[in-house]
Amino acid sequence: MKQFIGFVKKEFLHIFRDMRTMLVLFGLPIAQLLIFGFVVTNEIRNIKIAIYDRSKDDITIKISNKIISSGYFLLHENLTNINDIENIFQQGDVKEIIVFGPDFAKKLEKERTANIQLLADASDANTANLIVNYTMAIISDYMKKENQLTETPFQIVPEARMYFNEEMRSVYMFVPGTMALILMLVSALMTSVSIAREKELGTMEVLLVSPLKPAQIIIGKVIPYVVLSFINAVIIIVLGYYVFNMPVKGSLTLLLAESLLFISLALSLGIFISTIAKSQQVAMFISMFALMMPTILLSGFIFPIENMPVILQWLSHIMPPKYFIIIVKNIMLKGVGFSYVWKETLILIGMMMVFIALSIKKFKIRLD
Amino acid sequence: MNKTPIIQVKNLVKKFGNFIANDNLTFDVYKGEIFGFLGANGAGKTTAIRILSGLSAPTSGKVKVAGYDVYRQTEQIKKNIGYMSQKFSLYEDLTIRENIRFYAGIYGLSRKVINERTDELLSKLNITNLGDKLISSLPLGWKQKLAFSIAIFHKPEIVFLDEPTGGVDPITRRQFWDMIYDAANESITIFVTTHYMDEAEYCDRVSIMVDGRIEALDSPEGLKNTYKAKNIDEVFLKLARTPIGEVGRG
Repeated sequence: MKQFIGFVKKEFLHIFRDMRTMLVLFGLPIAQLLIFGFVVTNEIRNIKIAIYDRSKDDITIKISNKIISSGYFLLHENLTNINDIENIFQQGDVKEIIVFGPDFAKKLEKERTANIQLLADASDANTANLIVNYTMAIISDYMKKENQLTETPFQIVPEARMYFNEEMRSVYMFVPGTMALILMLVSALMTSVSIAREKELGTMEVLLVSPLKPAQIIIGKVIPYVVLSFINAVIIIVLGYYVFNMPVKGSLTLLLAESLLFISLALSLGIFISTIAKSQQVAMFISMFALMMPTILLSGFIFPIENMPVILQWLSHIMPPKYFIIIVKNIMLKGVGFSYVWKETLILIGMMMVFIALSIKKFKIRLD
Repeated sequence: MNKTPIIQVKNLVKKFGNFIANDNLTFDVYKGEIFGFLGANGAGKTTAIRILSGLSAPTSGKVKVAGYDVYRQTEQIKKNIGYMSQKFSLYEDLTIRENIRFYAGIYGLSRKVINERTDELLSKLNITNLGDKLISSLPLGWKQKLAFSIAIFHKPEIVFLDEPTGGVDPITRRQFWDMIYDAANESITIFVTTHYMDEAEYCDRVSIMVDGRIEALDSPEGLKNTYKAKNIDEVFLKLARTPIGEVGRG
């Protein structure tokens, strides 16, 4: 155990002595968060919606059909009450609920005006904004066409309400994404590079010849990065809270536990990469292209997964950050508990097991 | 010199698929001797060292190192050996003292022993005032001497030196061999691979590997007499003249 502690100390020294490493570790999260504070606009397609129609008359059915047949939306369910909006959004499928008031057609005929409520899940602010705008455009298109035929024009007034993120802060979607990106980068890249460095320097040989067990070497390498990544996760949450007013509605303990799980997953991935890579450069290259790009592009961090080509959607399913981002969004913005994120958690645990198993197998072959 | 064998190798075979890296090696290394292990690149030296240091298991054969069996007792073997490679294996971003503390620490030496021996070592190398300097600021020769001192810091029974003098100037090489003699006098067994043939002359006994087999094993004098050569270089060329399959394979 004493040997092991000495080993971990040495690892910390490596990190603290290297300015570049320190910069990547602690400069990057802040820079990323600020850079990604911009809004990115995208198209939407096949967004699942629910309709709560209290009139069920000609006009509401016409409007509903027009919305559903537009290609942008899919009807997920017809609601019969609207008591539990939060719960519907927390399930995660439905992104928008459209509510028609009672006696819609009658009101329109008598008063020439009626209201439609649009409720959107704005934990993904960017997408929510798009969804509401598209819906409004369809409704106003309907209105225009109908008004051409009548002498007394009527008006349908859509009222939009954003759930979970009333102010439509786009930074809300970037905090979870940045968290995934940073943890992935720091954990996987740093460990893979630091193990590859020992191989390159020849010190790995000396370590393997020493009484230290291979498991001790690997765990010793990993522990400093677990600690530092965890500190990073806390920094991002704190920064999000105080600088961008990003709430943590759910349990902080659960959020930190899930972060720790994701860190472990990223580290096991880093170890796996280092068993393949012979030099620091190769390790860095693999980490950058195999981890960074997919994390940014395919995890739903910036571009909605629903709108990707089918092949890329399939690919996104094997991207660990995707599940972590879902978990973080759910906990931070929707305030749900473990019972809502256990599936994603299980997937992350499974992925971690696979990488650990692969690394052990690779490591053994190399030793032979 | 007493003739207690400290490394015993009998019919050692190591295969990688169809490729035979070590073909039926049999030799003993005696306690306190300087044993030279010569061979072209790819002759199987590194494979043999890896087996002797417990990194890799033989395909067949009997191998005992420091009295322990390489199949079952690699833990004990690792505690009793030291190792230094051509790369010198020091951490450039740590100071001399930190490197010593780290390596001595993983061999389980107590803090007190480490501090005592560190002071002893620094004054022996005449670098008492450099203890807190980073390794990266030292010249190559110093790094090499330090790497060797650290490899024997825990007073192992045997130290394996894998081409320890690569890329070092002749004067430093000479000084380095003085350190090797000192260690041998403290009855540490030295197992050294090299491709500098003049260095082979410094060894007590030399084995020459060709294509995975040991072609000759004797004292430098004995080898020169047997093969009627002026120096080991000639002996080596005579033995290695039989075409070597793949030259340059690591």
